Amino acid sequence: MALRFLTKSMPLAVARTQRRFLAPSASSKHMSTVVGSGEFPGGQTVPYVNTIAVVDPKEKDVIPAYRILDQQGKLVPGGQVPEGLTEEVVVDLYKGMIRLNQMDNVFYDAQRQGRISFYMTAFGEEGTLFGSAAAIKPRDMVFAQYREAGVLMYRGFTLDQFADQLFSNEGDLGKGRQMPVHYGSKELNYQTVSSPLATQLPQAAGAAYGFKVAKEDRIAICYFGEGAASEGDFHAALNFAATRDCPVLYFARNNGYAISTPVKDQFRGDGIASRGAGYGIPVIRVDGNDLFAVYEVTKKARELIMTGGRPVLVEAMSYRQGHHSTSDDSTRYREVSEIKYWKDTNCPINRLKLYMLDQGWWSEERDQALKDAERTNVLQALAKAEAKGIPEMQTMFDDVYHEKPRHIQEQEQEMLDHVAKYPDHYASDGH
Amino acid sequence: MLGRSIAGMRRFASTAAPATERMNMFTALNDAMRVAMETDPTAAVFGEDVAFGGVFRCTVDLREQFGEDRVFNSPLCEQGIAGFAIGYASVGRTAIAEIQFADYIFPAFDQIVNEAAKFRYRSGNQWDCGKLTFRAPYGAVGHGAHYHSQSPEAYFAHTPGLKVVIPRNPVQAKGLLLASIRDPNPVVFFEPKALYRASVAEVPVGDFTIPLGQADIVRSGTDVTLVGWGAQMRVLEETCDMAEEAGVSCELIDLQTILPWDVDTIEQSVRKTGRLIVSHEAPRTGGFAGEIASTIQERCFLSLEAPIMRVTGYDTPFPLAHEKFYLPDALKNFEAIKKIVNY
Repeated sequence: MALRFLTKSMPLAVARTQRRFLAPSASSKHMSTVVGSGEFPGGQTVPYVNTIAVVDPKEKDVIPAYRILDQQGKLVPGGQVPEGLTEEVVVDLYKGMIRLNQMDNVFYDAQRQGRISFYMTAFGEEGTLFGSAAAIKPRDMVFAQYREAGVLMYRGFTLDQFADQLFSNEGDLGKGRQMPVHYGSKELNYQTVSSPLATQLPQAAGAAYGFKVAKEDRIAICYFGEGAASEGDFHAALNFAATRDCPVLYFARNNGYAISTPVKDQFRGDGIASRGAGYGIPVIRVDGNDLFAVYEVTKKARELIMTGGRPVLVEAMSYRQGHHSTSDDSTRYREVSEIKYWKDTNCPINRLKLYMLDQGWWSEERDQALKDAERTNVLQALAKAEAKGIPEMQTMFDDVYHEKPRHIQEQEQEMLDHVAKYPDHYASDGH
Repeated sequence: MLGRSIAGMRRFASTAAPATERMNMFTALNDAMRVAMETDPTAAVFGEDVAFGGVFRCTVDLREQFGEDRVFNSPLCEQGIAGFAIGYASVGRTAIAEIQFADYIFPAFDQIVNEAAKFRYRSGNQWDCGKLTFRAPYGAVGHGAHYHSQSPEAYFAHTPGLKVVIPRNPVQAKGLLLASIRDPNPVVFFEPKALYRASVAEVPVGDFTIPLGQADIVRSGTDVTLVGWGAQMRVLEETCDMAEEAGVSCELIDLQTILPWDVDTIEQSVRKTGRLIVSHEAPRTGGFAGEIASTIQERCFLSLEAPIMRVTGYDTPFPLAHEKFYLPDALKNFEAIKKIVNY
């Protein structure tokens, strides 16, 4: 056995490792000489060297982020507007970002007024959401974390549908069972959001594997924050996706914070993107505040997945401009000046607007009119949703199982009898 | 193979006795998975080491028959197996996922409890992962100590949205596993590994299922009702023999499905016998016997002639050298019978 390992294809292996090892290390003080190589199970060929080779990630170059538009909304040198992003498409995407932004403004305030129980905004990440959403196909299956309402909005989820979910009313597709912002739509291939972080990651691999073996022309796209990437399910997912060659796009939103935890307390490597290599997954990092770049990168990633038959990891670098949620005051752990800096100098909406103004595709008047109109639309949806009642109380017992087992039927009857006995006590609307 | 299952179904439809084949429990489970995969082209079997046939031989030859896309090894990561299975099922495909030992299902607890169990409910029935079954060997095996012996069914019985199923012999194993795979809800299916080779029976060939949620009256009796499941049924059979010699008639019931469990069958039996003993390998405190005892006490208060007794594992981790002393064996159950009839 050992003999076979030593002799089999050794010259080729040495040639390959010399190419790989010696060429890039011209600047390195760890110049090692390859003294042969060994084959290990799994087909790995490992070169042997005659000095200790410490591979320190800190000595590696930072993975660069792709950018098309600079912070003034100008094309960077060599930058081109992605194919397919015509004036009409760009203006539509911009309108989507404004709609999301107005929805966030209105519902954030509605929570502050106690009209809904909870809310989470996507301030600062609108470019990431609309840029990626536009680059995938409607048949692609979305697995979201919770700060991706823009993707669902792009797919056609209406303001009424958002509002119904937020008010957990009788119009809510989720039947009023989950906290606000836990959206889902079967029709729009958007799997229902759940609170436990990163659980959707291995699920996305499983769904994508299903598409692959069924030879369906679709992928799964799975969004998650840089904090969620610390969960064990991140590791599980990328390793499963790689070993089963799943057509899944892992899309990390690195916005600098997981609630109060800055990235320096979250990881010490080069962000999330640097982890792809360890799993054998190609990675692309992108400026998440540049809608053009996010669109182009997501499109490229999808192509790589479909042609290469393997997963791709994208990391979008951005900044969480808003609080983590309505239960959070982010100024307790970060400077107001920091938030202002990002809002003023690196906001995805402003960057696209500057570009559109430059092109003559947009005007300040249209901008203000759009914002006003969308605000009105959201307020109307809010008013409609607020006027609707919650689902019938006994629907609480539906859908635990496909069928309703006897013990749950009995408990349903028990609840109905009890409420019938004390109707006044249970007369409130439940919010 | 397909012909065999069709022939089997036909035999079932006719009045003639169905053809059977001698199988042990692992071959019966293997046969169930083969039928499931023949009848459902979306069904896939995966987990740690299943490709070469599994460490307990349950998946032997399936890869050869159905190909590596449908029978494959996963990386060694239980939370990944569970999450992957949920995702696969969420797009309408049948996932048969193996956890190598029930002792190692806990890394997947979050995926099973927070995700699989609530998948349908939380989405308002827009999404579900009902075509999902987790198989896991469970229970004492003579020398398994802490991490190759556990019986974790009670943890899952506390989770609305799941079904929990445990067979006692090869016939039940095949029929219940096929029913679990086809049930439109996520099922956790625990296999008594002590019986993989030890339990042998004539098993109907081809396609058949045994309904979930129904207990099975294994022996009729008049004095005491004995309830158990899985490997414990063998112990309780022995207990029944000992009791019979002592002149006590036991009604022995295999619960088969832990969640949702068959209250009616137990209730009817206890109304008749007036006495109930529930026995399981798992520790007593928080064990599923507590749920049965409490429910039957509520329903049969006036029929009970003695307190309901639980004969279970002790509230310790599962020991190695002292397994014999730890287990709720036939003699301990017989002692309980003596106490309950003399109460």
